[in-house]
Amino acid sequence: MIRWLLWIAGGLVLGGIVHLATIMALPRTASRDAYARLAALVPINSFALLPAPTPEGSIVPFMDPAFAVAACRYDLAKGPVKLTVPVSQAYTSVTFYTRYDVAYYAINDRAAGRRIIELDLMTTKQREDLPDDEEVTAADRLIVESPSLTGLIVARAFSPEPSQLPAATAALQAAQCKPQ
Amino acid sequence: MRLVIGLLLSFVIAASIGLGSTWFALTQNLSFGALELGAWKGYPRNGTTGIDPYARAAIARNGELPVGSGDGVGFTAAVDDNGRPLDGRCDVVVRGTTPPARYFTLTLYTPGGQLVANSLDRHGFTSQELVRDASGEFEVTISPRARPGNWLPTGGIESYVLMLRFYDTSLGVATRAGREAPMPAIRSTRTCQ
Repeated sequence: MIRWLLWIAGGLVLGGIVHLATIMALPRTASRDAYARLAALVPINSFALLPAPTPEGSIVPFMDPAFAVAACRYDLAKGPVKLTVPVSQAYTSVTFYTRYDVAYYAINDRAAGRRIIELDLMTTKQREDLPDDEEVTAADRLIVESPSLTGLIVARAFSPEPSQLPAATAALQAAQCKPQ
Repeated sequence: MRLVIGLLLSFVIAASIGLGSTWFALTQNLSFGALELGAWKGYPRNGTTGIDPYARAAIARNGELPVGSGDGVGFTAAVDDNGRPLDGRCDVVVRGTTPPARYFTLTLYTPGGQLVANSLDRHGFTSQELVRDASGEFEVTISPRARPGNWLPTGGIESYVLMLRFYDTSLGVATRAGREAPMPAIRSTRTCQ
């Protein structure tokens, strides 16, 4: 009897381990995560506009229809990426996601404080390798460290009224992310 | 022989408990650290690297891109203030004020995060589009039939979720209680189609 109880208890403990392991492994094995959904549409190191969500479907769920959205899949293997996003009239933000969809950094037009959001994306290693001259460390150069070699940059431009969506979309059309 | 049967029993229990609970956690949207303000639930931590493993797994599974914390915070509501599920065949009134933010949007989705077809092609309001009363409060009527004022059509679907997103806001991981974050009330009326 006791022996069977032990087998059951062992099964329960192992079940807990299986549960934790599957939860932890899921982000790396999900084949329909946001990055995979965008991969067919968005080039590497270049922005592409995402189709606006409609009742027939949207590329990722819970997209805000009041925003024009452009995305770039970055790859830092060949060096840092320089990002420029022109600011639209109302509100513009840029969010950085790792390859496994963790939002690790976001900045909006007011925090950037200019008519254009401009920054350099690099890995911690690439940042350490930067030469220490003054030009590079100048305060006006915004550097974002990516925890992963690849990931997503998503730029969103707000349109307070539907009539302003074309203007917001046009602002994003000039967005760039390319290796330096 | 007994060893083999015991091992098999253990493995069957482990597989069913482990996979069953994972499936349950993902379909029930079990994640921790919710900021609950009335019927609204927000997960400001999901927009940071501090996201918990359950929310990460759920996001990877449904393919969502969470709102980054430097961008804003999103809140969803699937029930009204009395805990009744939101029904697209009934009239629901969202009324009140919102926490300080440069802009906010209120959007209606199916539970799966898709927009709902309707004759107006209206899926939500931005803070700029809302008509407010003298005290600065707004009132949105969510209903299958046209209503005066801020009308958000449901298309008559059975269940839906509301999403209220605040952009450029001080709301975030540090927000605790309702006083610093007044959220609009959600009331179902008895008028159903």
